[in-house]
This record gives sequence, structure tokens and C-alpha cells, in this order.
Amino acid sequence: MGQSLSVLRPAAALALALPSPVNAAQAAEAPLNYFMRSYGPASEPTMYLGWVLAGLSVIIMLIISLLLIVALLRNRPSMDMRMIGPESGGLRWIYIGTGISTFILFGLVIYSLLVLDAVAKPPSTPAITVTVTGYDWWWRIEYEHDDPEQTVTTANELHIPVGEPVLIRLKSADVIHAFWVPTLAGKTQMIPGLINQQWIQADSPGIYAGQCAQFCGAGHARMSLEVVAESAEDFERWRNAQRRPVSSPFRPGSTGEFGQRLFMDRCGGCHAVRGTDAAGRHAPDLTHLNSRRWLAAGLLLNTPEDLMNWIVNAQRLKPGSRMPSIALSETEKSALSTYLSTLD
Amino acid sequence: MSAITRPPSDSRLRRSPDIGQAPVGSDAEIRLAEIWESLPGWKGWLSTVDHKVIGLRYIVTAFVFLLIGGMEALIMRLQLAGPNLTLLTPEQYNQLFTMHGVTMIFLYALPILSGFSNYLWPLMLGSRDMTFPRLNALSYWIFLFAGIFMYASFPLGQAPNAGWFNYVPYSGPIYNTGPNIDVFALGMVLLGVSTTVGSVNFVVTLFKMRAPGMTINRVPILVWGTLTASVANLLVIPSVSLAFFLLWLDRQVGTHFFDVANGGKPLLWQHLFWIFGHPWVYAIVLPAMGIVSDALPTFCRRPLVGYAWVALATMATMLVGFEVWIHHMFATGLPAVALSIFGAASFVISIPSAVAVFAWIATIWLGTPVFKTPFLFFAGFVILFVIGGLSGVMTAAVPLDWQLNETYFIVAHLHYVLLGINVFPVVGGIYYWFPKFTGRMMDEKIGKWSFWVMFIGFNAGFFPMHLAGLLGMPRRIYTYSSRMGWDTVNLITSIGSFVFAIGVLIFLVNVAVSLRRGTRAGSNPWDAATLEWSVPSPPPAYNFAVIPHIASRHPLWEDRLNEGEGTGQSSLEKGYLLMEGRETIGTSPIDATPEIILKMPGDSATPFFVGLFLSLAFAGMLLHWWSFTGLMILSCIIALMVWMWPEKALAQRSPTDSSREAHV
Repeated sequence: MGQSLSVLRPAAALALALPSPVNAAQAAEAPLNYFMRSYGPASEPTMYLGWVLAGLSVIIMLIISLLLIVALLRNRPSMDMRMIGPESGGLRWIYIGTGISTFILFGLVIYSLLVLDAVAKPPSTPAITVTVTGYDWWWRIEYEHDDPEQTVTTANELHIPVGEPVLIRLKSADVIHAFWVPTLAGKTQMIPGLINQQWIQADSPGIYAGQCAQFCGAGHARMSLEVVAESAEDFERWRNAQRRPVSSPFRPGSTGEFGQRLFMDRCGGCHAVRGTDAAGRHAPDLTHLNSRRWLAAGLLLNTPEDLMNWIVNAQRLKPGSRMPSIALSETEKSALSTYLSTLD
Repeated sequence: MSAITRPPSDSRLRRSPDIGQAPVGSDAEIRLAEIWESLPGWKGWLSTVDHKVIGLRYIVTAFVFLLIGGMEALIMRLQLAGPNLTLLTPEQYNQLFTMHGVTMIFLYALPILSGFSNYLWPLMLGSRDMTFPRLNALSYWIFLFAGIFMYASFPLGQAPNAGWFNYVPYSGPIYNTGPNIDVFALGMVLLGVSTTVGSVNFVVTLFKMRAPGMTINRVPILVWGTLTASVANLLVIPSVSLAFFLLWLDRQVGTHFFDVANGGKPLLWQHLFWIFGHPWVYAIVLPAMGIVSDALPTFCRRPLVGYAWVALATMATMLVGFEVWIHHMFATGLPAVALSIFGAASFVISIPSAVAVFAWIATIWLGTPVFKTPFLFFAGFVILFVIGGLSGVMTAAVPLDWQLNETYFIVAHLHYVLLGINVFPVVGGIYYWFPKFTGRMMDEKIGKWSFWVMFIGFNAGFFPMHLAGLLGMPRRIYTYSSRMGWDTVNLITSIGSFVFAIGVLIFLVNVAVSLRRGTRAGSNPWDAATLEWSVPSPPPAYNFAVIPHIASRHPLWEDRLNEGEGTGQSSLEKGYLLMEGRETIGTSPIDATPEIILKMPGDSATPFFVGLFLSLAFAGMLLHWWSFTGLMILSCIIALMVWMWPEKALAQRSPTDSSREAHV
């Protein structure tokens, strides 16, 4: 496991669930740096387009600056300041300068349209479709299936098989958000009342950071997600594991049973844990909470301590979110903690 | 003088103007001053319709808004100077960035240019006032009241908080329950009234109020810029006013224009907003580009290269500017074909910009630069214009914009465009016209300091934002985690923004010092070519003692230019003597042949009261005081009737003729 991963993920047990090859996206200093990094065909042509445009811009900028500096400082015969130069002349500057600019611009129009054509649609029909729904301020992720029992619902962590295009259907449950995993593809708005779609593809296994890119309120800065790309087998294994409802019978009177009751009373109205009475749809599905790396859409690492911190201090950590800060006694905390630790 | 032609004799007109001279101190000049000067004291202050006073009020008010918006920006830069800082709560940050945008775009950028144009147009065009002086006053008062209106909820911690673009449904009744958005929505409709009446005034003034002989190809480029902007405003302000009004109805009356649950469409908002928003972007830069096109040649000791090309480019920019609004919406899921068309148009729009850039560089190259402070601002502006233009071209490429859009790259781009193309010419323009405004020169030494500190601070502050954007930093986030790799660029940006602020402060110090101790300026301290420099500094209330006759594009350089549009002999000392009340000459739209003596209305406090009552009516709507609103609308109508009440002295045609005409 890579160095940066060990920093990011103290829980070694979770690390085992992840693909082993570490790529630059994880080691990158800026995980959203789309300008220098691309890991799939939906973003790579755009990255080169960015290089061409940026390079050209720098060159043009230097040329114009040079022209301006020479124009300002070139030697001139000393002249009576009362004298006024003739109005005619100089038009050649406009003709040549604008002519060259126009020529370059038309070239760029054609190039950018070719790139648009290359990235707008996937090269082959995607076999997998994932529905991502934006909420204030987290992401519901659903792998739909004809049999509702087989549908996988998770949050903030999008798993995809490596090397093939995946179609993402984009919805919003409240305001406009935008789905953006920059090293894999450009962004698309998630507009209530509409279903947008885009495709992504990761050519190497790894974790790719994403972020809401449309201002959506107080928690906009704290609305990130991750795409985990893994081999087809790992992906299948993950998906099968996610399909499994929980089955954790607790001994009556045990701490776990108390925790479960607490959860049903206090959390189950918004959160769902499949296989129990908790079936809320306003908040992330927690059936396999412990399989996820982050809490609260990238705000905190998913450790038992931070999980409890989040439950107790949600409003302080993410002001305005739907998750209330929940007052719990020490006994309740430990019971709830015990119960939540079984959700893997 | 043979160049002076009498208006065609029209039997219905009461009289033809006399031709003569009115040197300072002559009886005629003293009489003119009596006719045109406003009353002393608060009465005159409230009722003046002098375009110069209104123009300066616009400039000062807009500059105050610039300073307020700037302070909001500095607070945000403190919050973003490092990762995970907690100076501001998310809600406070959101209100600050919203008010920063609203203030800079709506309350600073256009109003300041309206200020310049209001002050300068009649002086540049050889007229004694704008066509509709009272409308001009109304435009200012409503702007002021709308600005105060939009800030009314700020001290309560309930300022607009959904961004200046104010996307629904976030700004709708479900997700934004406070008064925040209602203040913004009603304030925008109110401000739209101000912009609309101001634009009407500019358009009519250009076509009717130019001095005889100032044919359409002899007007300064600033006039072209403001004309283009005004026409655009008239076409697009209805769109944004409608959008905000519909939003207010959704919020307060229960309509469903944007309500998704009842078939409303959030995308409709984006279209209505950007159909307005993009042309508006050009409206707030084209007049500023005009400032440079007019003032830069003064310091190059030659006329602008390619006047006709630059004038045409100004209009071409606006024409194409109506077809690029979708480039704010590339990421909304619209079909690729539509995106291609708007993307291509967004590339094309940089062609007229290239025309202007090469015209400015050629003017400098072929001229003899005089390195005074205003010139530094204009030359520096050219570089910032090019950087802002190039980053704009990058965002025109649809697939690349899917990455750049909503990142700090856009923040960098728009600040290069708005600060570079608006603030730098404006500050340069203040240095340039300050002697005309006040009769005193600004200090050169402090001036050069202010330029260099502003220029270096600006680039240090805003250039790294491009990098932040390329590193993936989204806009409108109140904080970021240090694992994102944005710490360094943000720190540099914050430092640069404070350096820039110091530069602005130096400029303000210069204004304060020069107002008191600046050396006295003559009528034409820069030896400039245009008409405003032919009148004393500051100009008398009546502007021109006689209406001049113009025979060239550069009336004050005619003795030294002997080819092209510079030939001809304008008559500035001798012209129409008009002093039977407030009068000026109306001319034909293209050739500026004199047509009519325009009887101008006198000072009046009615514009103030119309503006006040209208603003109070909006306040009543905000507070749901419906009967108060009704009362205010009624008062508004009464004030309008007083305003419009016919005056015999303003009649242009003889009564018998007009009654005969009425019977025909």
C-alpha cells in the first residue's frame, strides 16, 4: 500500500478491501488536479486540449507583452511634444494581428470540436449504469437492478470496474449540484426535475477524488466523493458484499442490542440499514457503513472516534446539514458505537 | 463663419438661433450662467439635473460600493489564506461572496461607467446636457436607493446568500426561507428601472444631441462603447428583471415558475439570467475600453490607429455577445450540437477584441509615449486585457470548460476581465479627467506609486488563482482541506489582494491630497484632442457658451493635423447663442445637421421623489405592507404628474401651428 494511503487510512483492515496498485492519483499532492493528470479516455483528450490552449496562451501573452514593451521603450527621435502624429497608418497592425488571431482561433474551434466529439460519448455502450443523486450535502449512489433486492445503495463512494466505460445518471433531490471527478471526466450539473448523464472510465485501479462543483449552500465546500476503480473481480466481489443485508442477531440485553434499539429510535427515520426496520431515505444508507473510507461526504475519516464525533457534533462540523447533533449519554454512545461497528 | 449652417427653416418652429460669441465675463455668458446654475443650498442639491453633478455622484457612489465590495473580498481572503480557517461561518462566507459579486457587478461596474459617460458625453458631444436631464437624475437616485435597498438586510445577517447568479431552486422558497433573496430580487427589479432609463437617455442623446457637424464617424470611442452597452441593456435588462420578478412571485405569491414539484424549470432561470448576464459582461467593459481608446492617444501624441475598426469592433463584440450566453451553461447537460455552436461563437468573440488590442499597441508603437500616470494605467490595462482574453478563449472550448467551469480558473479570468478591463481604465480615467472634474491635477509621484502597487498586487493576487483552478479548487467554498494541495496558491493570493488594496488606498490618498493641494489645471492640461478639453476646468454649468460647430474628429488638434478625419476647421468660439431659457441644439442622427432648438427642462426635485416613492413601494412589497405600497405608488404617480406638467416656456412650436396640425 502506498505511502499516502497509509497516511490517509489508519485502519489497516479497510485497506485490504482496496485494490493494491497505487497510482499517481493517490500520491498526487492535489487530488483534483485535472490539468496535469488524467486516468481515462473521458478526460485525457481534454487534458491535451488544455495543454495546447494554455501553451498557446502563454506564447501569445509573451509575444504581445514583448510588442508592448518594445512599443513603449523603443528609441524615438526627440520630438516637440506639441507635435501630433498623423492619423493614417498603422492599419497593417490590425490587419496582420487580427488576421493571425482569426486563423489561430478557427484552428482552435476545430480542435476543440474534435475533442468534444471524442469525450461526449463513450467508445462503447457502457455495461454498468450507476445513478448518483445529489443531496445537501452528500451523494446517494445506486446500482439499480431489475430485482429491487439486488439493488445496491451506498453513499459518497462510487465503485467502478477498471478499463470500461460506466454510465452515470445524475439526479438531484433538492438544489442544483454538479458531479465532478476531474481526473476522470469534466463536470455535469445535477438539476432537480431533470436526469442528466455522463460517462467515466478509469484505466488503472485507484481512488479518484470528486467534488460538488455547483454552489449548493452552506455545506458546498464539504461535499466530496470518491471513485474507487478496481478490477472486474474485485468490483463484483464488492457489489455482492454490498447487496447483502445485515444479519446480526444480538443477544437480548446486550450492549449491541441496546445500540440497535437506539439506532432504530433515533436514526432509522432518515437512515436505512437493510435487513432491519430502519428504512429512511433522507440520509445515507448505512448498511455497509464500515466499508467506506470517509464520513459525511469526505469530511472525516471513517474511524470509530470520528464517527461518534460526527454523531454528537454534526451541526458544528457541517453547519446547516440535515444531520442533527445528537445528545447521547456515555452509555448510549458506547452502545451505539458497538452497534455501528457491526455494519460492515 | 461659413462652416456654420442655420437650421432649415421650418415655419412651425418659433425661431432660428442667433450666431455669435460669448466669451467669459460677457453679458451673454453671465446670463447663461444664471440660467443654468442650480440653486445654492440643499434645495439645489436635491433638485439639480446637471449631468456633471449627476455624473460625479455616480462615480463617487459607485466607488464607495467598490470599496465596500473590496472589503468584503479582503475578509474572504483572510478566511481562505490557509486551510480549515474558522474566521467565518459558511453562511457568513456565502453572504459575503454573494454581496461581493452583487456589489461589484451591479453597484460598481456599470454605474461607475454611467458616471463617466454622464459627465463626459455632453462635453464630448458639444451639448449642454443629456436629452432627458430629469430622467438622468431619476436614474441616479434609483441606483442609490437600490444599492441601499440591497444592503438593507446585511446588518441583520440576512444578506442575499445564493450568489450573484442566484440559481433556483437554492434561491427558491423551499431552500432559502429568510428575506435574503427577496431583498435581492426586488432590489434587482428596482435597479433595472435605473439602468433602463439611463440607457434610454444615452441612446437618444447620441442620436439627437451632438454638436452640428459632429457626424457619426467623429464621436469618441467612449461614446460608441456606452451606446453599444446601452442598446444591449435595453434588450437584456427585461430578461433579468423578469427572472427576478418571477422568482419573487414564486417566493411570495406561490406561483410555480421555478418550482420543480409543480412543473417549474430550474434551467429557465439559468437561461433568463445568462441571456442578460453575458451581454452585461460586455456592457461593463466596452465603455471602459472606450476610455482607453480615447485617452491613450493623448499620451501617444497621435490619434488612435484604426478608429473605424475599433468602433466597428465595439459593436461586433456586442452583436456576438448576444449569442454566447450558453457558455455559462456548458455543464447543464444541453446537447453537444448546441454547445458546439455557442462554443464557436465564444471563440469568434475574441476577434473584435484582437482588433482593439492591435489598435492600442499600434497607437503606442507609432506614437511618442508620455509616461504620465493615466498612461501607465492604460498601458498596464492592455496586458491585463490580453491575459483575461486568453483565459476566456480557454473557457470557450466546451470540453475544457467542463473542467474549468466553476473552478478558481474562472475566478481568475473574470477578475482579469473586470478588474483589468474595468477598474484599471476607471482609475486611469479618474487620473486623466480629474483636472476636468475638479480644476486640479492629481499628484504624479503618488500616482506612479499607486499604479505600480496596484499592478503588482493585482497580478500577485489574481494570477495564482489560475493555478488554484487548474489544481481543481472549486469556487464558492468557504474553506478547504490541506490535503487538496491549495494552501500555497491561496496564501499568495491573499497576500497579493492586500497589496492591491494598499494600491487602491494610495490612490485614495492621492485623490484626497490633490483635491486640496493639486496644482491648478488649465482647460486642456494634457493637450488632448476632444471637445471636453475646450471648456474650462471645471466646466461651467452651461458647458458651452456657444454651441460649437465640429469639422473633424480631433477638434483641438486640427491646427496640427492635416490629413484624414483631422482636416477641417471646427468653430469653438463662435456658434449658436442660445439663452432664452435652458436651450441646446438638436441635430440629425447621422450627419448631425442642426434641426431644432431643444428647450431643456429646469431643475426639479420630482426625480428624487419619484425615485424615493418607487423605492419605498418596493420596501413595502418586501415587508408585505400592501396598503403602504399602494400609497407609495400613488405618490409616485402624483410626483410624475408634477414632473411632466406642461410648461409654456418649453414649447418649441408656435401654438397656432400645432393646433392647426392637430386638426389635420
